[in-house]
Amino acid sequence: MSANGSDPGPGPGLGHALGLRPGFDPAREGGLDLAREAVGFVRVLRAAGLPVGVEQSESFAQALAWIDPLARRELYLAARATLVFRREDQAVFDERFAAYFGGPPARPRAQATPRAPRHDRAEFFRTALVAYMAERVDPNAREVDVPEHHKAASGAELLQRKDFGDCTPAELEAIARAMRDLRLDVTLRVSRRLVRARRGDRLDLPRIVRDAARRGGAVLGLARRRPKLRRRPLVVLADISGSMELYSRILLLFLHGVTRLHARTETFVFGTRLTRITSQLQIRNVDAALDHAAREIVDFAGGTRIADCLHAFDRLHARRVLGRGAVVLIISDGWETGEPARLGGEMRRLAERAHRVVWLNPLLGRAGYAPFARGMAVALAYIDDFLPIHDLRSLQELATRLGRIPRRKGARSIDASRRAPRSIHEA
Amino acid sequence: MLNRQALAEQLAALGYIVDDALAMSVFLALRMQRPLFLEGAPGVGKTLLATMLAQLFETRLIRLQCYEGLDLAQAAYEWNYPRQLLALQAQHRAEPAGAPAVEHAAPAGAAETDELYREAFLLKRPLLQAIDAAAERAPVLLIDEIDRADEEFESFLLELLGDFQITIPELGTLKARHRPIVVLTSNRTRDVHDALKRRCLYHWIDYPTLATEIEIVRRKVPALGEHLRRRVVAFVQRLRREDLSKLPGVAETVDWAEAISHVGGETLDPPTVEATLGLLLKYHDDIERVRGPLAVQLLAESA
Repeated sequence: MSANGSDPGPGPGLGHALGLRPGFDPAREGGLDLAREAVGFVRVLRAAGLPVGVEQSESFAQALAWIDPLARRELYLAARATLVFRREDQAVFDERFAAYFGGPPARPRAQATPRAPRHDRAEFFRTALVAYMAERVDPNAREVDVPEHHKAASGAELLQRKDFGDCTPAELEAIARAMRDLRLDVTLRVSRRLVRARRGDRLDLPRIVRDAARRGGAVLGLARRRPKLRRRPLVVLADISGSMELYSRILLLFLHGVTRLHARTETFVFGTRLTRITSQLQIRNVDAALDHAAREIVDFAGGTRIADCLHAFDRLHARRVLGRGAVVLIISDGWETGEPARLGGEMRRLAERAHRVVWLNPLLGRAGYAPFARGMAVALAYIDDFLPIHDLRSLQELATRLGRIPRRKGARSIDASRRAPRSIHEA
Repeated sequence: MLNRQALAEQLAALGYIVDDALAMSVFLALRMQRPLFLEGAPGVGKTLLATMLAQLFETRLIRLQCYEGLDLAQAAYEWNYPRQLLALQAQHRAEPAGAPAVEHAAPAGAAETDELYREAFLLKRPLLQAIDAAAERAPVLLIDEIDRADEEFESFLLELLGDFQITIPELGTLKARHRPIVVLTSNRTRDVHDALKRRCLYHWIDYPTLATEIEIVRRKVPALGEHLRRRVVAFVQRLRREDLSKLPGVAETVDWAEAISHVGGETLDPPTVEATLGLLLKYHDDIERVRGPLAVQLLAESA
């Protein structure tokens, strides 16, 4: 061990630090052109949306000194090793490399699915309103003057219980405003990290020793630690087919607003297929992300394939996003086009892996609703909370519920809501 | 080691087969002294590569297995508190009787502190060991399954991988004389932050191709005949295209090949496959799915 510290590595100094091979003369070896080309290629990659940073382009330039850059395969491998650091960027990289340095085109990318026939007029109108509303809810957007005194107290009270589907544009706007005041405390879980605490079940030995050293070796008190609490990750699976789109939009808008600050929310939307929109939501607003996703995954003839989509989730994403005691929110009316029995199997797997499964169903808010929809009845057996999500009041209820999720897995609240589905928002 | 081909050949001589893309990543990581970040499904040989590098360079392998809640005390260093307390007590018993035991004057306390925080009381965990061991020759530092650690740990690593030094407040800054060869692995149970990956050379390890996997089995299970070897690997490769909870890794292929070599016989038949399926698939659901008609069909397709 060397406490004074010397230069790491046996490298030959400055030339090495610059990544130049000893005796490498860029001008003589055509290196200047090469460097220029390398820089150009990095620009192309950035334009294609790859997050290539300065570190990467430097690495690439350094790597050129160690390979034979005129051999195309060498150049390709070195570029790939230094410039790509996410697996999902590989395909785009291959395509751009072929285009920039010439050579056979990489395998063609899957063609985008043609745009599905969009909604009927009424639906479209409502969607447009929600889109407008979404803009208004963005705190960075410029304020537009909407006189608030038009909404009397009684009106606000009424609005609390009005189904989103029946709302006028002005009402949706008011709802959007009200949503800003809702607070969401995603429930905490015990992590294995320790923090100092007055009362805790573990001793804080570093502190005990420090204190003792100060007091001539006497241990006068025992400092303690306890496990740190942290938020549970939230995973949202939102059905955006048919009539569910409006409700999903509002829910996502709500969650987006309140969870942006802690990035532990993973969002997926589904129709006939499932797609992840987490990263879309980080760079765009909810509407842009949803419109983009809807083009790809909503197929009106296909209906909703919940089981297929849950299966895709299980295979492609569950391992990555369901760790660390995640709470899963599914928003859907439970109209399964596929085989209901399969949905049962998929729900069982999901319930086994998640800390808690919350199913949000806007139909639950309607008088006389019973979960008889194909699929919904099957899924119920694996759900921990079954809640309505059709009006402002139910959003509030959801926010509160998420803050009170039990530490233990499987303390179900479903029976109460199944017996009297409307009791929640009449309370 | 002059170039990437030579590197690939030397690794192959140790029994580790790399394709040219992985060879390039390893080669550049060594040359440019960058950490190598390996991501991929479990069982594709990420950890093994680090072991092989240590063998190749005849150097020490220092392994840090990550887990949730991993902190500095477990990863880098910790003071040996019980010994410190004992030392404190012993010191005071040795002092003349009547000396005040409590609330020493400040200068005495400071001297004691120096006495307590010496290297003798330091417990060196893998990261500090790596810096320490680098005195004579760069070790291989394997940071295994980084995706299991928390984000806080990532940011600490980010610092460490930058300049390979650890600052211990009571002792000073310790710096590696030679930069360790660092390999990080991730099974991708969560996304590791881009900032960390940017510091490294990133490589996604896929399952090996048919030819590569046959070659691996040839080296690991020499007893298995050529025909059977091809059948075994082709079946596993075909199986990986099925929709299963956990796909068989290379280690599973090798285990299975070994089992088949013990069973004997000239060819791979459905009863043998069914009887030994537990070596390939580790989930009951998966075994149930493959057993029976599907196994027969996959066998026929991979023939």
